[in-house]
Amino acid sequence: MAAQRIDLETVRHVARLARLRLSSEEETRMQEDLSAVLAYVDKLNQLPTDDLEPTAQVGEAGTPLREDRITNQPETEALLANAPDRQGGFFRVPRIID
Amino acid sequence: MIVEPCSLTIAEARELLDRRELSAVELTRSCLDRIAAHDGRLNAFITVCREAALAQAAEADARMVGGAGGPLCGIPLALKDIFLTRGVRTTCASRILDGFVPPFDATVVAKLRAAGAVFLSKANLDEFAMGSSTENSAFGPTRNPYDLDRVAGGSSGGSAAAVAANQCLGALGTDTGGSIREPASFCGVVGIKPTYSRVSRYGVIAYASSLDQVGPFARTVRDCAVLLQAIAGVDPRDATCAARPVPDYAGALTGEIKGLRIGVPREYFIEGMAPAVDGAVRAALRQFEALGGRLEEVSLPHTEYAVATYYVLATAEASANLARYDGIRYGLRVAADNNIELYERTRGAGFGAEVKRRIMLGTFALSAGYYDAYYLKAQKVRTLIRRDFARAFERCDVIATPVAPTTAFAIGEKIADPLQMYLSDIFTISVNLAGLPGISVPCGYDDRGLPIGLQLIGAPFAEETILRAADAYERSGATVRRPPII
Amino acid sequence: MASETAMAAENYEAVIGLEVHAHLATQSKLFCGCANSFGAGPNENVCPVCMAMPGVLPVLNRDAVELAIRMGLAAHCAIARESIFARKSYFYPDLPKGYQISMYERPLCVGGYVEIEANGERRRIRLVRIHMEEDAGKNIHEDGTSLVDFNRSGVPLVEIVSEPDIRSAAEAAAYLRELRALLRYTGASEARMEEGNLRCDVNVSVRPRGVEQFGTKTEIKNLNSIRFVEKAIAHEVARQIDILEAGGRIMQETHLWDPVREETRPMRSKEFANDYRYFPEPDLPPLRVTPEWIESIRVALPELPAARRERYVNALGLSRYEAAILTEEREVGDYFESVAAGLRNAKTAANWVMTEVLRVVNETGKPLAHAVPSARETGALLAMVEDGAISLNAAKTAFMAMCQSGKPAATIVRELGLAQVSDEAAIAEACDQIIETHLRKVGEYRAGRDKLFGFFVGAVMKAMGGRANPRLVNEILKRKLDQ
Repeated sequence: MAAQRIDLETVRHVARLARLRLSSEEETRMQEDLSAVLAYVDKLNQLPTDDLEPTAQVGEAGTPLREDRITNQPETEALLANAPDRQGGFFRVPRIID
Repeated sequence: MIVEPCSLTIAEARELLDRRELSAVELTRSCLDRIAAHDGRLNAFITVCREAALAQAAEADARMVGGAGGPLCGIPLALKDIFLTRGVRTTCASRILDGFVPPFDATVVAKLRAAGAVFLSKANLDEFAMGSSTENSAFGPTRNPYDLDRVAGGSSGGSAAAVAANQCLGALGTDTGGSIREPASFCGVVGIKPTYSRVSRYGVIAYASSLDQVGPFARTVRDCAVLLQAIAGVDPRDATCAARPVPDYAGALTGEIKGLRIGVPREYFIEGMAPAVDGAVRAALRQFEALGGRLEEVSLPHTEYAVATYYVLATAEASANLARYDGIRYGLRVAADNNIELYERTRGAGFGAEVKRRIMLGTFALSAGYYDAYYLKAQKVRTLIRRDFARAFERCDVIATPVAPTTAFAIGEKIADPLQMYLSDIFTISVNLAGLPGISVPCGYDDRGLPIGLQLIGAPFAEETILRAADAYERSGATVRRPPII
Repeated sequence: MASETAMAAENYEAVIGLEVHAHLATQSKLFCGCANSFGAGPNENVCPVCMAMPGVLPVLNRDAVELAIRMGLAAHCAIARESIFARKSYFYPDLPKGYQISMYERPLCVGGYVEIEANGERRRIRLVRIHMEEDAGKNIHEDGTSLVDFNRSGVPLVEIVSEPDIRSAAEAAAYLRELRALLRYTGASEARMEEGNLRCDVNVSVRPRGVEQFGTKTEIKNLNSIRFVEKAIAHEVARQIDILEAGGRIMQETHLWDPVREETRPMRSKEFANDYRYFPEPDLPPLRVTPEWIESIRVALPELPAARRERYVNALGLSRYEAAILTEEREVGDYFESVAAGLRNAKTAANWVMTEVLRVVNETGKPLAHAVPSARETGALLAMVEDGAISLNAAKTAFMAMCQSGKPAATIVRELGLAQVSDEAAIAEACDQIIETHLRKVGEYRAGRDKLFGFFVGAVMKAMGGRANPRLVNEILKRKLDQ
């Protein structure tokens, strides 16, 4: 991929995906910063990598498996103690839209 | 001059505690007094737990009377504020965790607690460990104890500065791209990042899960070894944590490095490196030769791609890791009349500029149409970087490099230029990408009196080797430690 | 109009693929030690892991993997030696981490097929994959606000994805019934749609018959019964044909099934398609499964419905229809076989289970084991019928009493006096009495009115309180009347 400047539309699209509200100053700044970093990242394209396996993790072992046992005691109160808004044992949120 | 207990090493304090010449309460009080006197300027801590620390110290004293104390019983420590601490607010230096009080301890905290350690404080950091200077903290920057106008390094800047300034005897940090080694270097203390998977990450607030690793800071290599001993090992709550046994790290510190092959990668001695750093590291290499080590020139040809690789992979993982901060279950909530507004406003107000930048970068790298070009590409380059190290370790036992190209830079110097800031991790990032252990040990001072760190990198799980080499160097007296200005 | 539509429908073929989610029947959740159970109070089965506190990590449940492999083997899938969990990112209040841990590029089970019987035809529906993932919590909507409960968050699921091999609503239903049977036979899932532990999304498109290329598909969500799946598909297929016939275009969109109005309606346009940003889950190393483990699971699998059906037809002489009914639930098949084991004719057991046993199960709504007597007692009862000790009608009466009281067959038959009289002397005496009191009719019979024989039988049976062995009554009467 050639060095590309991120346009404002892309910044807004990505911000929407990431659920981040950015002010218009932040958007402009973000456009510059991301463009600069991505221009730098483009140096990776100097390397041929077609035949390489990707590395997602450095460990060699497979995942350990847990015995299927119930080990947690209900502690609803402790877990809800940090809730910004709750109703009884529920977390409360405003109207949900898709 | 009377030595303040707070300036003792862990080993020295251990002896005094065991001989009943010092109590844990006295030792803790000495640290707390030091914090009270200096932390207003240093800003190493976000939260100081004075009463709880004194209570823990009293408990430790009681345990020691019963003869039950282990190596860390009664030793006052600081924890980077990225570790969950039961009942003590944990902020990760972010507004988004406003008011969050965890209901449980991170595994490493639980291990230290069980060992009788005393928790003085939660140390400052770059928000979500994203940064190289601790300037990205919602609680203001931590200052360098050797020059208050300079940064302490980051992201574990608070932990490093606190150890350097004798506010505690040791500390825990985390290292994702250099966040232990760089601040250790900038603050003139010892810091080790263990092999990925050596220490449990459970209860450690995640930045980039495939890179994050917990490690200790202390004023000596031996103290670091003792701290690492206490926290390393398998954890049934962390599936990535290695099941292999933990060796006796302090026992590995024989002082003997005859025949040790020390790899010197040519790619790490670059244009633009501060002459004082270059000079100090080369002098340290000569010292290793004098101690019986053999220098081997090695090559890590993909070093120059590490920063680019890291900033794609780390931010991609971070973009998902930070999705849980949604204003529903804990932390900040900005009022809104639907869920989407709730997310956007809360996250917009709760995250700082650098965190937003990284979330954006990572989200972009994973998004439809860009995944292959950025994320997958970076994963493949990560394979090349790992191979570089595997080949180099066929020819040497440790690799010696500078920790950072410069000493501590001025507060504000790089904050406006993210890329310049990212490049300060140029010598540490590859180690995380390859999952290797690395240690920073002081090897000199520049003409301003700012500390310089030497990095020793080991093969996977070769913590003993790098600790032994660092300890031999430290004990040789080649670098005379200077006290901080505060 | 209706006939026009019907004619148009003849010219089209439906292409249907199903994505089925089934809760795995484990004790604990997929990645933490919380109870995997239904019906607890709000946020009672939660812990820091499944409500996504900062710093928590997932640890995989061994039995969840085993159950998923069982289902994979039952559906003839290849089990991957190494599979990879991935993060699927989207924001929703019931998804606490902001991503779901699922499998994406490297699922646990690959390929495979499920054999179905629909419209008298046997077909294989191929599978794309079966992968493991975690469920989300639940949002409960009140006016203007919503409440979130994470009890279901982290409950283990398998997602079973079919190829678009299904061609009708009836086939879709048959496929779902077969999947449900497989899930239950293997013990992988209770697979109860009404409890939400079996959920189905449907992809539907239509194309003119003979055309190779697929049409634009729509997705239907929110289907929680097989009946709704059938109705929704039928409705959607008709809707798409109508649009195409009118010269319109199908939009790629997601529809929700409205069970009250019995129609589908569009949910959201895929235009701002979800970009899930899948990437390998860094908190979980690859899932490695040894061939030994797979083999040990394979040998422990029970006989599966398809094999059982074949055996019932070929070895026990049942019809395909009977075999299908009796194998849909493992317990029903097991029960049938236990009953049949003590009988000379398996058909007797088959008829009884299909009529009496399933009727009682359906009427009471209880699980089979609690609704009806043990297979041993039912077998004992039917053996009495085979031996002529009681009549079929008496057996029905006795069976109901056994269901009520739980008493053994022999006790009930004795208490209710249902035993059949096979004492030839007693029957002969009763026959003599009837003949004597109906001499005129006897004369008519002997003169050739054969039809009167039934009258004599009925009269003897009545005289003996309905308990006489009908075969003996017939024999003895015949002998006496014909002399």
